[in-house]
Amino acid sequence: MFDGLTGRLGDIFDRLRRRGALSEEDVGAALREVRVALLEADVALPVVKSFINGVKEKAVGQEVLRSITPGQMVIKIVHDHLVEMLGAESEGINLNAEAPVPVLMLGLQGSGKTTSTAKIARLLKTREKKKVLMASLDTRRPAAQEQLRILGEQVDVATLPIVAGEDPVTIAQRAMRVGRLEGYDVVLLDTAGRLAIDEELMDEVVRIRDVTHPVESLLVVDAMTGQDAVTVATNFNDKVGVTGIVMTRIDGDARGGAALSMRQITGRPIKLLGTGEKIDALEAFHPDRIAGRILGMGDVLSLVEKA
Amino acid sequence: SKSTNRLTDGIGGIFTKRKLDDETLEELEELLIQADLGPAMAARVTGDLAKSRFGKEISPDEVKRFLADEIAKVLAPVARPLVLDGSHKPHVVLVVGVNGTGKTTTIGKYARELRDAGKVVWLAAGDTFRAAAVSQLQIWGERTGAPVVAKETGADAAGLAYEALEKARAAGADVLLIDTAGRLQNKQGLMEELRKIVRVIKKVDPTAPHTTLLTLDATTGQNAHSQVEVFKEMVSVNGLILTKLDGSARGGVLVSLAQKFGLPVHAIGVGEGIDDLRPFDAQSFAASLVGLDEGR
Ligand SMILES: Nc1nc2c(ncn2[C@@H]2O[C@H](COP(=O)(O)OP(=O)(O)OP(=O)(O)O)[C@@H](O)[C@H]2O)c(=O)[nH]1
Ligand SMILES: Nc1nc2c(ncn2[C@@H]2O[C@H](COP(=O)(O)OP(=O)(O)OP(=O)(O)O)[C@@H](O)[C@H]2O)c(=O)[nH]1
Ligand SMILES: [Mg+2]
Ligand SMILES: [Mg+2]
Repeated sequence: MFDGLTGRLGDIFDRLRRRGALSEEDVGAALREVRVALLEADVALPVVKSFINGVKEKAVGQEVLRSITPGQMVIKIVHDHLVEMLGAESEGINLNAEAPVPVLMLGLQGSGKTTSTAKIARLLKTREKKKVLMASLDTRRPAAQEQLRILGEQVDVATLPIVAGEDPVTIAQRAMRVGRLEGYDVVLLDTAGRLAIDEELMDEVVRIRDVTHPVESLLVVDAMTGQDAVTVATNFNDKVGVTGIVMTRIDGDARGGAALSMRQITGRPIKLLGTGEKIDALEAFHPDRIAGRILGMGDVLSLVEKA
Repeated sequence: SKSTNRLTDGIGGIFTKRKLDDETLEELEELLIQADLGPAMAARVTGDLAKSRFGKEISPDEVKRFLADEIAKVLAPVARPLVLDGSHKPHVVLVVGVNGTGKTTTIGKYARELRDAGKVVWLAAGDTFRAAAVSQLQIWGERTGAPVVAKETGADAAGLAYEALEKARAAGADVLLIDTAGRLQNKQGLMEELRKIVRVIKKVDPTAPHTTLLTLDATTGQNAHSQVEVFKEMVSVNGLILTKLDGSARGGVLVSLAQKFGLPVHAIGVGEGIDDLRPFDAQSFAASLVGLDEGR
């Protein structure tokens, strides 16, 4: 069911190998398979379409038609175009502002915000030697604030003391005040999960943004996300403004097409990848690795190298 | 407000008093893809429509009804509520699934529903891994008045499950809901741990767990196939719950899951609140997938 692109293109390749050159028709057939492969990888349909258009322009060029190994050429073009669309290598967290630098964590319920908050805190502390404060603004999910407090203990990062009954906006203000008074470099604001279509909760996070002026607003998304990536990316970006993406559960076996969707729809870089439940499981983003994964071809590079 | 608006607008726009041709079929297929049916299922459903109506005049409403009926046909056999077997004391429900899909919350909701039905409900805090997972379940226990068997974080989950089952049995509970830590299906070690929980439960009651529920997040795309396949293989999942259907995701992957695995879908989650569990209704789910529920 989830054949990689290599499998999908197998038949077409066989034909090509016998004939040796690519016609426009062949390119069309190959691209139809690319389309299906991308959809099975959960790339959002509008993004698939613009991707295919981009590839078509390149693939119908002379280069491919005259190539001795046109099949591999198509794969190479698809792969390279994907890498290009996925954007540059990791940009780190932007801390270019007066301390304490507010960083807002956003996303759907259960996407991995709280865990990622602690992972990022640990990263900033150990690698950048920053003094970090974490605050949970999640007053809704049972034990959410306690979860962040425990994670804070695990990574030895301070968390804002919990005040029962305080609303998220007030907590955010208090976090920034404490951040200033106690000389923190960074204040990480973990928010409650919210649906992209929940007007009330989206307004709440806008108020949080407006009282804290975050330098980074990181959208935390699950690598398993399907077509809903469009709504999530669009709404969070339009309403709150997203500066970067954190993609979690990349340690799973999902193709992760949402990475391409998120990148295209928000125009924002994928900054970090969550690679496990453990608190140090955070990695930099490498577009070529994600590209190979989306195409379902760990073998893509070896194939292309032969081309 | 929902993504189905897109679907509705699309179908409405495409099919106003028009003949069903290749172009409209393609657009229709795309609309289904955007509801996460997956390219193969979307092609199949659209193909069925083409077979019976190609070249004929068809109204938007007819199209929607045809599609909803086709999809409902696939889903109807799996729309089966969770039924407790009264001969088991307690009926053991093991709740498993990928991280963050809604296991703990679903247990809270079920606890409320079953308590309202007059059952004696016990909960087991089998997620001994995630920070504050125990407290989270304990709060659900307080909300629903269900006793919670728990140990400290880091304790052996299988041991906890064993103890919980013995206690619930001694207390004459009707049902024991066991929470587990979230795990990705491709993590063999974690899947083995889950099997160990099952093995240990069987030492107390060889027929348990009577229900092994897999929670699926409606936002999940095609990876849901791999989730169902592996969890079913490893711990004999025999029921599904689709959560977060109050969002913009439609959960269309369920259609091919139903066809491929035939596992009952016991309920859907439509919010974070205690009352946000609903029976799974094939007709209305299918109607909502194609946007037929709009304007009601
Ligand atoms: N395997 C894996 N699990 C992860 C990763 N990131 C988070 N998780 C797990 O996903 C689950 C949810 O993570 P949380 O950090 O609580 O998610 P959240 O977005 O804060 O959830 P809410 O606050 O309820 O909206 C937990 O079980 C985490 O351990 C990751 O990169 N890989
Ligand atoms: N909107 C909505 N949110 C839900 C629903 N079910 C659960 N949630 C939310 O999703 C998040 C994760 O739910 P949990 O019940 O903690 O998920 P879990 O599977 O136990 O997570 P882990 O134990 O970390 O693997 C929480 O913020 C819940 O409030 C639902 O049906 N609708
Ligand atoms: Mg959280
Ligand atoms: Mg849980």
